[in-house]
Amino acid sequence: MSMTTELGAARPGGVPLQAAMTLIARKRRLALAVPVLVLAYLVYVFFAFDVPGLVQRANMDNARILVADSYSHKVHVTRDARAGEMVYAVEGENKGRYPEGTMPAWVSGGFDDTVIDLGGGHVVRFLPDRRVTYDMPDVGMIQIDRVDGGIVAQFPGYRPGESPDWASVSDSRVSITTDAGRVSVTRSKDEVFRYFPGWELFWFTLDSPYHGRGLGEILFGPQIDPARGNVVGAVADFMGNPMWRHADVFWAIGETVLMAFLGTFGAAVIALPLAFLAAKNFAPVVALRFAVRRVFDFVRGVDGLIWTIILSRAFGPGPLTGALAILITDTGSFGKSFSEVLENVDGRQIEGVQSTGAKPLQRYRFGVIPQVTPILLSQILYYFESNTRSATIIGAITGGGIGLFLTQAIQTQKDWEEVTYYIVLIVLMVMVMDSVSGWLRRRLIKGDDAGH
Amino acid sequence: MSDLTAARSPNAARALTQNSDSYLRMVRARRMYSGLMIALFVIAMILGFRIVEGRSAGGFWDGMPKVLDFPAGLVTEAWEKRANLPGYFVEFFPALIETINIAAVSTLLGAALGLGLSLVSTRGLAPFPRLIPVFRRIMDILRAFPEIVIALVLIFILGGGPVPAMIAIALHTAGALGKLFSEVSENVDLKPVEGLQSVGANWWQRMLLGVVPQVAPNYLSYALMRFEINIRASAILGFVGAGGIGYELRNAMTFGTGRFDISAAIFILLFLTIVFFDQVSSHFRNRLVHGVTR
Repeated sequence: MSMTTELGAARPGGVPLQAAMTLIARKRRLALAVPVLVLAYLVYVFFAFDVPGLVQRANMDNARILVADSYSHKVHVTRDARAGEMVYAVEGENKGRYPEGTMPAWVSGGFDDTVIDLGGGHVVRFLPDRRVTYDMPDVGMIQIDRVDGGIVAQFPGYRPGESPDWASVSDSRVSITTDAGRVSVTRSKDEVFRYFPGWELFWFTLDSPYHGRGLGEILFGPQIDPARGNVVGAVADFMGNPMWRHADVFWAIGETVLMAFLGTFGAAVIALPLAFLAAKNFAPVVALRFAVRRVFDFVRGVDGLIWTIILSRAFGPGPLTGALAILITDTGSFGKSFSEVLENVDGRQIEGVQSTGAKPLQRYRFGVIPQVTPILLSQILYYFESNTRSATIIGAITGGGIGLFLTQAIQTQKDWEEVTYYIVLIVLMVMVMDSVSGWLRRRLIKGDDAGH
Repeated sequence: MSDLTAARSPNAARALTQNSDSYLRMVRARRMYSGLMIALFVIAMILGFRIVEGRSAGGFWDGMPKVLDFPAGLVTEAWEKRANLPGYFVEFFPALIETINIAAVSTLLGAALGLGLSLVSTRGLAPFPRLIPVFRRIMDILRAFPEIVIALVLIFILGGGPVPAMIAIALHTAGALGKLFSEVSENVDLKPVEGLQSVGANWWQRMLLGVVPQVAPNYLSYALMRFEINIRASAILGFVGAGGIGYELRNAMTFGTGRFDISAAIFILLFLTIVFFDQVSSHFRNRLVHGVTR
């Protein structure tokens, strides 16, 4: 103790060591207190967000469906008792139906004698009187019969009325799920699903003559459809694919980018003259400058969400609302940052232009604009890129562009392969915008001398 | 000047006029290019606008007169029932807190993850330099995911509530902050790191004691900026079902005319919150970057 005071006293003019020690001790306490506070906050939030309850409520079946569906598809074989017909369809959708008279290679027979090979030794048979049998390796023959209008399932090794846990049995419904596929028998129909990896019919649907053809065959092979050239026909059928609607999806991506483009550049065009009014060194009237600044702050503070809601009341759903919402919000952001750029402008260039007798507008055009263009353009491009992301989100709210497709596909809760497709496209779109805008910005900053 | 040159030799004068001619030609060509660019830009704007208008339910000129109808209705109704507003403020305050909590936690977690990602993807600091491109790509992908995508998918699995929004925003934040952080760390002074290495400090100690003190002010400043952005994002995600004030706002909007006072109250709360945190954060950011001493 005495030594520290001695040492502190020994340094004339310096900070006394005692003070330094207290400072260090305080910093150490702070360094300890911050993590403790953060931890305490996280614990509070853990309970405020009800994470333990959430873990219980989380629907892991949904997660499994989502993951499985995002990379695989199923083909339905349905015996429809009401219509008295067999239906073979990809994902059970009308658009994925096998044309009349055709069926998958692993199915044979007809309404009263269908044999469905699920692979790996799993075979399901549809028999007369709507009997269904499922021959499962290591288990044996499962028999499903109709008795007095109800459904009765008999599993080998189980007593009547009992069932293993991979099957759910009731009077009106029997469903069996295995790795090979799924069988479900109800009063009105018997259905078998077989799962395959990959996205179904991504290129062409079954009714297209190009279905199942390779790229080389389409490009270099003999003409497939007598009415159309191979490439023209294939592109048309791909774009018009009724299941994936590629043309519409690409349009939607374009629409999202367009929303961002119009919003960002429209905002820049409006904000630039206003920024002159708000910049200290250009503002003609102080009161006006103050007012314009407050308008910028207000517009920014109201936020894109509220603008979207307000505008969608006037312009209805669609990309117009989204573009205008981005435009208004960014007018505020641009106004603020542009005016800051203008305040840091080099005054000598303006004086130089002024000395040649230039009028105010000419002074701005030749003295100011060339100086600030690269900085402003760089900022605009940065916003353009981040606005493609915002446009996706706003599109989901107001209904436009890829955001709309995404929310619609998610709401059906079954088209997860489409959701995956949209997500991939969105991420690609954002990354492309990111690198294009980054490349342009680097070129601008490196800047050839062209400032106008 | 020109007299002098001209007097020296007629050749030099000719060279000068040639110079100025070619200079003027260059300027003219450049002007033409910029003029062309501007013309193209204007055409693109008009065309784009028409396309967007054609694909929307309402036209621009039809909607324009109606723009102020809703805000006007909102304001009149809120003014008529202004006695109700304080009650609504109290009622929706917990939801507001939830929105702020979502933003705060996702900023904290995202910054922590971003910090880790930035350290392993900065040249000179990374423990596995070969993996730098991998970690950079991971950050690019995290950044490219709009929050809403992850939030909607997670809502399907976890159900509505704040957690999906929090995870979604945290992931995006990790990508965005990771990139900014690593730009800061690229410029870090490596001498303290080497000093620590020479006394046998391991990677964690070198990062914590050698790098973090140098970059902490900039990191904090970026994290605060991100917090501002995340409050807005959290309100938007609430609107698609992730809890908080956005969710209440969507419900209030469905009540329609007659109950606009509720929407107005939420608008005011949201506006004040955003402005408040913008001000607080920019105040602290100024202090961090310009280092105001106490």
